[in-house]
Amino acid sequence: MTDLSPYQDPEVIQRVLHQARTVAIVGLSSNVLRASNFVGFYAARHGYRVIPVNPREEEVLGERSYPSLSDIPEPVDLVDVFRAPDAVPGIAREAVAVGARALWLQFGVISPEGVEIATAGGLDVVMDRCFKIEHARYIGRMHVLGFDTGVISARREAH
Amino acid sequence: MSDDYQPDHEFGFHTRAVHAGARPEPTTGARAVPIYQTSSYVFEDPESAAAYFNLQEYGNTYSRIMNPTVAALEERLANLEGGIGAVAFASGLAAQSSALFTMLVPGDHMVASAALYGGTVTQLKHLARKLSVDLTFVDPDVPADWARAVRDETRLLFAETIGNPGGNVLDIEAVAAIAHDAAVPLLVDNTFATPYLCRPMEWGADIVVHSVTKFIGGHGTSIGGAVVDSGEFDWSNGKFAIVADPSPAYHGLAFHETFGSYGYLMKLRAETLRDLGGAMSPLNAFLFMQGLETLPLRMERHVSNAMTVAQWLSERDDVAGVRHPGLPDSPYAPLTAKYLPKGAGAVFCFDLDRGREAGQDFIRGVRLFSHLANVGDAKSLIIHPASTTHRQLGDDELAAAGIGPGTIRLSIGIEDPQDLIWDLEQGFARMHGNGS
Ligand SMILES: Cc1ncc(COP(=O)(O)O)c(C=O)c1O
Repeated sequence: MTDLSPYQDPEVIQRVLHQARTVAIVGLSSNVLRASNFVGFYAARHGYRVIPVNPREEEVLGERSYPSLSDIPEPVDLVDVFRAPDAVPGIAREAVAVGARALWLQFGVISPEGVEIATAGGLDVVMDRCFKIEHARYIGRMHVLGFDTGVISARREAH
Repeated sequence: MSDDYQPDHEFGFHTRAVHAGARPEPTTGARAVPIYQTSSYVFEDPESAAAYFNLQEYGNTYSRIMNPTVAALEERLANLEGGIGAVAFASGLAAQSSALFTMLVPGDHMVASAALYGGTVTQLKHLARKLSVDLTFVDPDVPADWARAVRDETRLLFAETIGNPGGNVLDIEAVAAIAHDAAVPLLVDNTFATPYLCRPMEWGADIVVHSVTKFIGGHGTSIGGAVVDSGEFDWSNGKFAIVADPSPAYHGLAFHETFGSYGYLMKLRAETLRDLGGAMSPLNAFLFMQGLETLPLRMERHVSNAMTVAQWLSERDDVAGVRHPGLPDSPYAPLTAKYLPKGAGAVFCFDLDRGREAGQDFIRGVRLFSHLANVGDAKSLIIHPASTTHRQLGDDELAAAGIGPGTIRLSIGIEDPQDLIWDLEQGFARMHGNGS
């Protein structure tokens, strides 16, 4: 089994969350009950520019959907993937080509080959983690529903 | 690394008992967790309100479902148990019934230890009848009995880390393996051990339930309970349509698919707590947080006092047996060494070498031990189960739970151990007919 820990490093996760502005979500569904839609909705609510990448959708969450990453006419910081693992190497190659800074693979999207391509292209990689949960853990409000954030701090945060 | 980032550091148990779930309150800087004594919360705007109710955003709506003080307790408990989250309830039994209600449907079957707290035995039987669920009790000490009781309809195994009042120590790893072979979760009531002495999830338990009324609080001021989830169980394995399939009680949301490992806890809160309503009050959550801060310190004292008293009792001629799993001659000694290396808890029974009358005389003789139906207080407690907590049970069930007519249950507090021994001597004197 792949050792996932290098791709679940809290420091990398927090850097990606803080640095990204434009997030392309590959496999974003317009079905409001799908996990990808929850993540896209949440990201948009928290100030990220969300760009859907899904050839089967015209528009998701009020944004035009593109068939592939290469079709997006503007720079992308983060590529978040809701696709089967075998689609990841191709997506990773495109992510490198469009100049993204990070590749994020959601729960269960495990692709050692995709990771290798993205890492070689200089991207930060997060794997088998949920963008929404990690944002809610470090920046958002996951704790209001009794989930463990693992955050221990006696510092007063700006509010 | 940016100065704002949470560093990748593993904090110890004592640190987490004081800090987990309790960052300074950002608006006022309050260092203590405030008591958010409010029923409801003002929404920023209609979009936010909709997002909270749709579970698209983490936010407060109504204190039957969530409350910031209660959430701080939930996060701390989850953190100490090694779970991904927790939901608190108005009592330990409300936590248990809600945990079960969330995953069972009519026609299912559950397997439970026969050596459970009497109130739990009664609850499981009653709940099974009302939900049309089958229930089999097994000898918790024999893994083969657990395996034999499992059938196609079985949906969960339920046991206590340390049985009440028999002191049975569960072979968590063995019973978890049996549950996982059957693709069902193992639920463990960890009330007697607390996460300081044992963390059942580290041995394969999927869900841990607590009566936080007991050692977690330690002060005996409040009733409360909690369900902690490891997040490891696969609810989409085909056996739990009730958790995995689109829910008619939540506009078609498929909790496990949408929230992944958080799905069960989301459903437990957003449906079961919402619908059954056994919420913990913010004031009680605050009191339990105060208790949790000193849990490790208290537990060290509880277990050392309990060992001292158990050893003293075991040397007496008028005691037929002491059922403390930490004694070297306990049948549970190997399991205690494996699962409870810091100590085998502070609740145990001993048997007087005579009958029911003697048990009641003994209780009349003590003055420092409080005669009441609770355990896990900082004060030492005493009770005669056959005439109190277990009187609803028939003779066979009583024997199965390991209780005789002369059985006395002690919950050892954090007083000076020599005072506890002095007090128990008064009980023996009274029993022998020369007490005051
Ligand atoms: C082991 C155990 N589990 C559960 C409970 C039930 O908890 P509560 O009284 O908080 O409902 C108790 C209470 O005595 C208990 O001892």
